[in-house]
Amino acid sequence: MTALTLHDFPGGLSLPPNKAQQTAQPISTLALPDRVWVPLLQHRGKLSRPCVKRGDKVGLGSVIGLADGAFSANVHATIAGTVGRIESRVIAHRSGLSAPCVEILADREQAQDFAAPLDTDFRLVDPNILRQRVADAGIVGLGGASFPTALKLTAEADQSLHTLVLNGAECAPYISCDEMLMRERAGDIMRGAQSMLHILQINRCMIALEEDKVLAIDAMQQALEDLSDSRFTLCLVHAKYPEGGERQLIQVLSGKEIPSDGLPVDIGYLCHNVGTAAAVFDLFATGRPLTSRIVTVCGDGVAQPQNVIAPFGTSIQSLLDHAGGLLPGSHRLIVGGPMMGFTVDSTDVPIDKGCNCILVMPEENARQLNDTMPCIRCGECETVCPASLLPQQLYYHARSSHLERLPDFHLFDCIECGCCDYVCPSNLPLTQYFRYAKDELWFRSQQQARSNQARERYEQREQRLLRQQQERDAARAERQQATRDAKQKQSDILAAVARAKARKKGDSS
Amino acid sequence: MIAAPHIRRARSVRAIMYEVSLALVPAALAHVWFFGPGLLLNTLIAACVALACEAFMLTLRGQPRQPYLQDGSALLAAVLIAFALPPLTPWWVTATAAAFAMIVAKHLYGGLGFNTFNPAMAGYAVVLVSFPTELALWTQPRGEHDALSWLHTLHVTFTGALPDDLSWDHITRATPLDSVQTGLTQGAMLSELLLDPRLSAYGGHPWITINVLIAIGGVWLVFRRLISWHIPIGVIGGVVLSALAGRMIDSDAYSPVFFHLLSGSVMLAAFFIATDPVSAATSRRGKLLYALGIGVLIYSIRAWGSYPDGVAFAVLFMNMLVPLIDHFTIPRAYGHAR
Ligand code: SF4
Ligand code: SF4
Repeated sequence: MTALTLHDFPGGLSLPPNKAQQTAQPISTLALPDRVWVPLLQHRGKLSRPCVKRGDKVGLGSVIGLADGAFSANVHATIAGTVGRIESRVIAHRSGLSAPCVEILADREQAQDFAAPLDTDFRLVDPNILRQRVADAGIVGLGGASFPTALKLTAEADQSLHTLVLNGAECAPYISCDEMLMRERAGDIMRGAQSMLHILQINRCMIALEEDKVLAIDAMQQALEDLSDSRFTLCLVHAKYPEGGERQLIQVLSGKEIPSDGLPVDIGYLCHNVGTAAAVFDLFATGRPLTSRIVTVCGDGVAQPQNVIAPFGTSIQSLLDHAGGLLPGSHRLIVGGPMMGFTVDSTDVPIDKGCNCILVMPEENARQLNDTMPCIRCGECETVCPASLLPQQLYYHARSSHLERLPDFHLFDCIECGCCDYVCPSNLPLTQYFRYAKDELWFRSQQQARSNQARERYEQREQRLLRQQQERDAARAERQQATRDAKQKQSDILAAVARAKARKKGDSS
Repeated sequence: MIAAPHIRRARSVRAIMYEVSLALVPAALAHVWFFGPGLLLNTLIAACVALACEAFMLTLRGQPRQPYLQDGSALLAAVLIAFALPPLTPWWVTATAAAFAMIVAKHLYGGLGFNTFNPAMAGYAVVLVSFPTELALWTQPRGEHDALSWLHTLHVTFTGALPDDLSWDHITRATPLDSVQTGLTQGAMLSELLLDPRLSAYGGHPWITINVLIAIGGVWLVFRRLISWHIPIGVIGGVVLSALAGRMIDSDAYSPVFFHLLSGSVMLAAFFIATDPVSAATSRRGKLLYALGIGVLIYSIRAWGSYPDGVAFAVLFMNMLVPLIDHFTIPRAYGHAR
């Protein structure tokens, strides 16, 4: 089945997987919550605009927020009920950001408000129409980055695109929502991918998953046989973090690197998460927009780790309750995986389209920032960096505030995977420094741009004034010249007259 | 807020330093078997002085003492100094080496992580040029005299004089490298010199045993990924290549490859000295270049310099070139043109 030579990417780590517990039982479904707080920012890009008001009745799937431009996504009611308050609340975001959220108080009967399912074979439908439906359904990438999917499905413009990559390589420890999805809905994933191929008008799909996920491989292989679609290839990749990173995965599949300032499509590849493909399938089969996702609830602090389908806007607390609650002790609450996730302070935070994992770690194994040592230049960080950077040099310059030197060491190619951090024997919070330095440099360049703009405006104004002055001067000079010319003309005339008179006088005398 | 990643590999600077020191234990035991307990005594002296100096310097610099005194780096430096010194070195020579290593080479350059020079080699080089007579004499290996007792060793180390029942001629003689170099300068043929069973019998010679044990400890460290293979391969490769070149030029004047590898401190340099992360080059390619340089220099100093074993000077010289090497060996980042 895998007649494919796979390549490797530099660096990376084999991390202890820690997935057994939460993959031991099937995906469960969260009981209907009494209320949800649906955030209007659940995607990369601009905030959606609310289009409901307090007291409105909404069905499951009614639009409550409208995409603000292409780089944004629609937001739908994730339960049926009545709209309550619309107010700013802390959302699951790295920076502890707040965003407007729509409260929906649940009704007893779950009215659905789905668009009509596709009544014909999708192959007979114009790709543009399908793409618009994906956009309307608010589908974003479910791998965690939440990039609007419809935008990533506009590739006919780029003729070089040849391969769709379905990313099922879930390499971070603990997270297992994609694995469980592949085990339970392999056929749906592939049918979703078939419609994606149709939208993109291409004929090749590589499905990547890790070779140690035996049950998921079986399920996918079975689905592939049932479908017997020769455009699909199953690619088993070595389990190595951060294999699931788009750039690393494409490097493994193609042996090529995406240019530093480019996108996968520049070398002909496009990458979508398996969950996204399943969401596209749901949309076309049932008309269901994106209102829920599978979340892995896990970690040593959780009583019954598992994968659960939860509507967006439910609180982390209700997911934890569903998973048997927290074990005694003090805990750290992490949204996302152990390598790239971020901590949140409260369990009263709504989950959103990007929440693939709620991880609860006992406080005592939190890294102790006070026992860091100086960098001993051991180079371990370099050996594991998948972007072939020199983290110790980046750290040195970031720390000494020679921030302007950092782009020379390719700071912006750092994918913040945390590998360097993980191995550093001096316990240095490297990734944190890199994130900070990127923000800071970005901020500076913004400021620089602003001050450049201001200077330009000032210079333009100066020039305009100068030009006006010159124009005025020129006009005056012209006028003066004109007067002089007129005077000259007059005196010429007078002189001519005088000469004529003189001649006359002479003639007569 | 605590930032990602939220899990870590449990390997600290301290664990590394202690494990590296541990990898030298088999070689140290062999050393004691062949040359008496001098190595242990020297390690003890060097470690006490190094820790005391480190504590003193940390206090002066207003740094926290506890984490640094426990990090194991001073201990490792002490072990390396002891390995470099002859077993019967007077205590004050050992102490000077350790003190210089810590005070000047380490702390005056900014402490752990900032020292340009390998502290152990800096300390050793200073006593090597300052006290040449004290460092010229190595104890004879077991078998050619009765092994020295602790009592004898303590006496010699602390008084600098021999007990009445011993004489220097009895218990000491030059190292193999030394005798070959002296022999060659006196016009002897290499082939004749190597006929001396004490130099040529690779199999039983104490130096070979010790070096093989050092190499085994080193390979263990590579295997455990505590040191990267680039440095040992580079150093050994550098020595081997230059020794082969020497043999091709004149096999009567230049010693065989294995003689170079196994009768001096090339193994120690390759696995334990040049691998000091702080003073080595950083990138993998840089490390390889750095180590090759050390290997070639060791050979050059042995062949044409006035010291029989060039390890310390080779390492220190390459330490100076590290910033240059680092500058020219920045790896190509992902997605950038070659
Ligand atoms: S892993 Fe840590 S100590 Fe080692 S070189 Fe990198 S930053 Fe320095
Ligand atoms: S976080 Fe950045 S620097 Fe560190 S290993 Fe990952 S890509 Fe390299």
